[in-house]
Amino acid sequence: MRKPIYLDYSATTPVDPRVAEVMCRYLTMEGNFGNPASRSHAFGWEAEKAVERARGEVAALINADPKEIVWTSGATESDNLALKGAARFYQAKGRHIVTVKTEHKAILDTARQLEREGFEVTYLEPEPNGLLDLGKLEAALRKDTILVSVMHVNNEIGVIQDLAAISRIVKPRGILLHSDAAQSAGKIPIDVAALGVDLLSLSAHKVYGPKGIGALYVRRKPRVRLEAQMHGGGHERGMRSGTLATHQIVGMGEAFRLAREEMETEAARLKGLRARLLEGLSDIEEVYVNGDLEHRIPGNLNISFNFIEGESLIMALKELAVSSGSACTSASLEPSYVLRALGRNDELAHSSIRFTMGRFTTEEDVEYTIRLLHDKIGRLRELSPLWEMYKDGVDLNSVQWAAH
Amino acid sequence: MAYGSKVLDHYENPRNVGSFDKADPTIGTGMVGAPACGDVMRLQIRVNEQGVIEEARFKTYGCGSAIASSSLLTEWVKGKTLEEAGQIKNTDIAEELALPPVKIHCSVLAEDAIKAAIADYRKKTGKDENVNAA
Repeated sequence: MRKPIYLDYSATTPVDPRVAEVMCRYLTMEGNFGNPASRSHAFGWEAEKAVERARGEVAALINADPKEIVWTSGATESDNLALKGAARFYQAKGRHIVTVKTEHKAILDTARQLEREGFEVTYLEPEPNGLLDLGKLEAALRKDTILVSVMHVNNEIGVIQDLAAISRIVKPRGILLHSDAAQSAGKIPIDVAALGVDLLSLSAHKVYGPKGIGALYVRRKPRVRLEAQMHGGGHERGMRSGTLATHQIVGMGEAFRLAREEMETEAARLKGLRARLLEGLSDIEEVYVNGDLEHRIPGNLNISFNFIEGESLIMALKELAVSSGSACTSASLEPSYVLRALGRNDELAHSSIRFTMGRFTTEEDVEYTIRLLHDKIGRLRELSPLWEMYKDGVDLNSVQWAAH
Repeated sequence: MAYGSKVLDHYENPRNVGSFDKADPTIGTGMVGAPACGDVMRLQIRVNEQGVIEEARFKTYGCGSAIASSSLLTEWVKGKTLEEAGQIKNTDIAEELALPPVKIHCSVLAEDAIKAAIADYRKKTGKDENVNAA
């Protein structure tokens, strides 16, 4: 069987062959397999040098000092370390945290845990375009607010929050600002100084690096303190113990170096592909783009095909690897909480498909996708009683549904 | 998620897709589910004077298992009396299609759909009590 066309780059990316090649040099006896913490021999020194080089590359992509980069296992761990670490360290100052309903589960579930520990969390509702209303943010801040966490780019709809503006509201009040940048790193420029963030979560596998490695940016001036979540050896200046995974780290470093070099041309190319995809689908009736199109990363297009359920559409698109906002695969039957938070109605929330394009997506891939969708949308709508009712002029909101 | 071969077959070649005229007195229509839950199933049956289902049609908004459950149902009810059709159990559908546990609700919906279609037909023809007594 021919492999499907991969259009799920926001889920993960393949490791760039150039990255894989570098990683292979840090594994075997012939390579540099040393423990970067070994101070007594050349194996350790060489490994440490490689780790520090990589730290420099990661720092360079976000305009940080290498000393501000803490290695973790990925963005989920970075989010946990940032939220729990800051909350527990600064709890004497206050116990209130502000975040957004459309955050990744790594933030939301961590926030829930902090609530169980006695912290208070405000979950802000974004505007229908997915962006945060700064007035609402400002209104949510209190005297005892210690931390605000707003993701840079949303994983489902790709919208970019205005972190610099958020920072201008948060920082004068002495509140820390954290951002999950797993979906923005390598796609749009990040300058931690200009954005005014104190903590920033990064992941390698969304940027053509390996899975299992990430980093947390922790501001040094003024110094941000965290309570460690992982103890044992005092690695990473005590913030995250555990032997450093040299091959993963050099992979992330190389991936971030390539991203820095190629981001600009790649972003322009992806923007072109997305414009073509959107244009190619625009003659299909009842198609809705979810989230703001302007403030959005180049490779993301999240679309609802009204009156078609997302999972059945994905089944029809088996030649494509895409993801659906509909979580019908779980027992919950809940549609995407992100789309619900934008105020999308149930049908549209259940009918969404996320296309995310990346480094290896070609024009032919996009043209094929457009043709396939035209073919399948028509077929599935013929099957849909909702489509028939819509065509007959029935207002679906007026129907008394026998909910089960 | 991975689907069984029978679900895939019904999904790719759905049987008896379409609509009958709802106002026709020989037609019973059952529509169950809700867009909020991600599935809406509409089943229609054409019933002859002997109370036998001659034809069935469906349209379903939902996942592959929901489409397959309703497609299978249209095959099963054809040729059955209303009473026989009313005894189709969701477990039979789930077993035939080898539905995984998270998809059992699709078969439940299909059972609800045929019951709703039969009830609609009986209400229309005023044969409610007659048939119940039979």
